[in-house]
Amino acid sequence: MDLSYSDEQQDLRESLASFFSKESTVERVRAAEPSGFDAELWSGISAMGLPTMGVPEDLGGGGASPLDLVLTAEEFGKWIPPAPLIESMVANNLLARLATSESSDLAKQLLARSVAGEALFSLAIRPLVEGMARLVPGGAVADAVLACDANEVIVFRSAAGPRSPLEVPANLGTAPLADRGAGVDERDVVATGPEAVAAYEIARHEWQLLMAGAMVGLAQTALEKGAEYVQQRRAFGVLIAWFQTVQHRLADGVTSIEGARLLTYEAGWAAEQGLTNAGALAEMAFLFSTEAAFRVAADSLHLHGGYGYTLEYDIQLYFRRAKAWPLANGDPRDGYQSLAARLFEHEER
Amino acid sequence: MEFTTVDNLAEHRAAARQWVERHVRTEWAWEQYTSGTHHTPELHTQLAKDGILGAGWPVEYGGSTTDPGFARAVLDAISDMGLYADGWATTNMVIRTIRQVGTENQKESIIADALRGEVLIALGYSEPDSGSDVAAAKTRAVRDGDEWVITGQKMFTSTAQSCSHVFVLARTNLDVPKHKGLTMFLVPTDADGFELQPIYTLGGQRTNATFYADVRISDAMRIGAVDEGWRVMRVALVYERGGGRGSKGPTLAERVAVWAMSTDRSDGGTYYDDPRTKERLARIAIDDEVARLFAMRVRWMNDIGELPGVEGSMAKLFFSEADQRHYSELVDMLGSAGVLQPGVAAAPLEGELEHYFRSTVVGTIYGGASEIQREIIAEGRLGLPRNRPKE
Repeated sequence: MDLSYSDEQQDLRESLASFFSKESTVERVRAAEPSGFDAELWSGISAMGLPTMGVPEDLGGGGASPLDLVLTAEEFGKWIPPAPLIESMVANNLLARLATSESSDLAKQLLARSVAGEALFSLAIRPLVEGMARLVPGGAVADAVLACDANEVIVFRSAAGPRSPLEVPANLGTAPLADRGAGVDERDVVATGPEAVAAYEIARHEWQLLMAGAMVGLAQTALEKGAEYVQQRRAFGVLIAWFQTVQHRLADGVTSIEGARLLTYEAGWAAEQGLTNAGALAEMAFLFSTEAAFRVAADSLHLHGGYGYTLEYDIQLYFRRAKAWPLANGDPRDGYQSLAARLFEHEER
Repeated sequence: MEFTTVDNLAEHRAAARQWVERHVRTEWAWEQYTSGTHHTPELHTQLAKDGILGAGWPVEYGGSTTDPGFARAVLDAISDMGLYADGWATTNMVIRTIRQVGTENQKESIIADALRGEVLIALGYSEPDSGSDVAAAKTRAVRDGDEWVITGQKMFTSTAQSCSHVFVLARTNLDVPKHKGLTMFLVPTDADGFELQPIYTLGGQRTNATFYADVRISDAMRIGAVDEGWRVMRVALVYERGGGRGSKGPTLAERVAVWAMSTDRSDGGTYYDDPRTKERLARIAIDDEVARLFAMRVRWMNDIGELPGVEGSMAKLFFSEADQRHYSELVDMLGSAGVLQPGVAAAPLEGELEHYFRSTVVGTIYGGASEIQREIIAEGRLGLPRNRPKE
């Protein structure tokens, strides 16, 4: 084991922190609500090459490893930027996989647009319902959405070319969700067959992995906000940070965050190494990190007392997203069922 | 960053299994369970005889030429059989401490006798009125020429019934803050004035209260400098953290899953068919992986020469809390049969889950209760104000 960041990883973390701290301030995050999308921020993210950083260099991407993507997702989570970066990274990586292994021309064409910064792609995490991908994260602003339908990986895109964002239904995480597919979009097949479906499954696990990373980052900020507040607020003549019940709650929070971070890094490393249990670890990291993040955000909100549930204080921004973002994957309790099958029933991992 | 785990002992595992097959009797685990004594003298003698206790120790202190890797693999294999070697675990901690802080004479006599299997040492830290706050010990040691007179009482002196000595934390100075007036002694259990009373615990282990009524011991049995006992004990605590959990066999979740898949419930399906079982087992598997990573992090920090303070506390807090949660959930899963104890023919999984449900209760208490760990984390990681009163 070696838990130290390499120089390159440290540089990556610092440059992302520096970018997001300027471009994804709380004011910008709030201003982007309720649609949850900041076009100017997206241009900046795109200009940095973040959406295609995981795409191999020979396809025009950054050639970053899954672990680097995890570190990126963690910084993303800390600043909750109003932009569907995780979905777009995962969609672009899927296109790269299909362009290579399936020699899909459509995948190559789409990827070229993404590499050029001309298009934003997203991915439907859940199975289609009557030909529709429901509530796709980033779906309201994506130029195209990738999905899996039986043995085909397909793309939904507007017939009329790029167009203005779709209407966003009011939602807990103030994310640019939208239904895509039948009646909204044209449907084209990107690749067909078991290999294509397997590539989509890898993408789904990559989304879980990066969402785990984002939740670790989000939880870290939420915890820091709580720890900061209790060292300012006085009650009964003392700082509430003195109360053991407050301290112990925060100690449990930081412990679960560090556990989640270790597990998520391990899952990223396993993906980088191409280990057979990489998918299982991604699922474990997702389940553990999302539960930890919500617990931490909820506890931190609680420690803010009445201010915690006013919109004026920032902790509610984190509380809402901690619950909302992972729900794109469906009921977490189904996740435990699928993890058990993977771990104990020796299905394909 | 990388997460590889290599089994450093892989080359020794087969030989260790052979050793265990030749020397370990299967009924010993049951004897330990029914007696509550987590030490088997016959086994200990054999470990000493084959140089397993002395492996890695310098010859001048009685060390053997047995390969330390083989020795560790044997101890792992013993633990895999469900056997405890608690007497050796505490003895090992103390002699490693003596090696750091003891006199040359102590190293040559006490360590050598321990490696021969003739000295076995229990820990005498806790008292009726002090547990996690161990420095509040009231047991007194008063100097009388070349001797010390020890008076007081210790609690949870586990395995003392099998031991030749107790490593006693005693107060030698009343005029200084509590951490500064302590000294460590090795008290022979056959000394006049030493007495012991058994205490039986929820998990089945027998521990003891030990009493010291004007016990006279030679100054040669003082370990470390006078009034330096706190520092000496902290050296010993570092060694306490090193404890492992046997070699890597199937995990708890995997073993229970195999059992659940092959065991019918009265409703017709197997235990595993119930989605609640799957969720429980999946949660256990996740927690176990997190606990493993926390423990690995502590080892990694040790390896690179960093002191795992907060990290050790997190590892201990997470593991012990998760352990209790897991056995509680698993006993729930068994329903009414969850109460059946080892030895009952109808007990699922030979009563193992019921037994560990009881015995893991200790984990969040001993070695610093969870509340102490949380304080260390809150202060060390988040910079929250220190709550425990300053001395």
